[in-house]
Amino acid sequence: MASQNLQSVPAELSPEEQEREAAGKAYFDRIISEDSRIEPRDWMPEAYRKTLLRQISQHAHSEIIGMQPEANWITRAPSLKRKSILMAKVQDEAGHGLYLYSAAETLGQTRDKMMDDLIAGKARYSSIFNYPAISWADMGAIGWLVDGAAICNQVPLCRASYGPYGRAMVRICKEESFHQRQGFEILLELSNGTPAQKQMAQEAVNRWYAPSLMMFGPPDDDSPNSKQSMAWNIKRFSNDELRSRFVGMMVEQVKVLGLTLPDKDIRFNEETKKWEHGPLDWNEFKEVLAGRGPCNSQRTERRREAHENGAWVREAAVAYARKQAQKEHAA
Amino acid sequence: MAPHGNPEEPASSASEIKREAPKVAAATPAEQQHHETPWSLWEVFVRSSRGLSHVHAGSLHAPDAAMALRNARDLYTRRNEGVSIWVVPAEAISSSDPDSKGAFFESPQGKDYRHATYYTKSEGVKHL
Repeated sequence: MASQNLQSVPAELSPEEQEREAAGKAYFDRIISEDSRIEPRDWMPEAYRKTLLRQISQHAHSEIIGMQPEANWITRAPSLKRKSILMAKVQDEAGHGLYLYSAAETLGQTRDKMMDDLIAGKARYSSIFNYPAISWADMGAIGWLVDGAAICNQVPLCRASYGPYGRAMVRICKEESFHQRQGFEILLELSNGTPAQKQMAQEAVNRWYAPSLMMFGPPDDDSPNSKQSMAWNIKRFSNDELRSRFVGMMVEQVKVLGLTLPDKDIRFNEETKKWEHGPLDWNEFKEVLAGRGPCNSQRTERRREAHENGAWVREAAVAYARKQAQKEHAA
Repeated sequence: MAPHGNPEEPASSASEIKREAPKVAAATPAEQQHHETPWSLWEVFVRSSRGLSHVHAGSLHAPDAAMALRNARDLYTRRNEGVSIWVVPAEAISSSDPDSKGAFFESPQGKDYRHATYYTKSEGVKHL
């Protein structure tokens, strides 16, 4: 057993280092097989670290970019109440981004590097945020469908094998449920409003339905990394499994809204006991991911602007801190 | 139709799919991006209510302790999660070596007599 482990580590390591690597791997494998948690200073395979770093930083970027479609509507929210709610929600998204950047940092990546990658267009974030929010009803549809899909995806991540990621997700999930409910309420009020308002709500649901289903990622047979992520207990359910579960929840909830889902092929498969949906345009998904979605350049540009406009604040804070420290030193 | 918005101004200037849009503008040179002094890392501990101890909530970046406290308030107590916050520079924390977990925590092993459950002869005796 030990000799097998040794074969998988690079030959240039000294015998002691090889032994440490092998012991580390054995410990890692045992922790994973016991469904326990890996912590930052534990030995972990390089591929595990890379997978997590990619997933957590993309997740963090999504929260940060995700502030934009909604922040865009704060000034034209229909009432002071809705404005306050929207501000609280956007503030939460910023917080979620920060929890996740902290988790990613424990894997050895600096926050500045992640920020730089994002504004340089080198980092990915969820394709959903590259769609425009063109009416107030979109605030409802984003809360209900987009945050709903996010919750579906994120609840199992609370049990991810990497401790800091799981802990960040617990905090995030607690806060997300308000996001989904406020979105549902916006749609419900519009749906019970004038015919024009109801139509606006329906159009928003029509716009966000397919993109929200695509948030779960490509179909299982086209998702090469999923299997390994599940073996490492990072992911607990496959993309299609979570998507089907989500469709089943939406089918019921849309009835309460008095609206319809723009999908004639939704059905419950009695054999598999799973919800099925109509075909999704995966070419569009790939286009958006590749940076050719409706708002990709606008979103990244806005983030860069905000980052650069905030530079003087960050610098002033550092200068002030330095000055205070000198004063204290002199006193 | 935008009953709540300004109909003259779409909420997003990109209301249709722009397939030809460039991915992003040209990246600023690396040297321009790294001229800032990075804020240091702080660990945050929150006391959720009087009578309980401070518990680690997470970490954040800040230029000094005063800003770290304010950031911690905004980041970790947006919903009344705390009545008191500690912030500690991450570099000031010493921790046990994860590689020697077995040896370091060996001492209590085999010392069951430190637990009340070790003593079974008194079973059935009340208030003991």
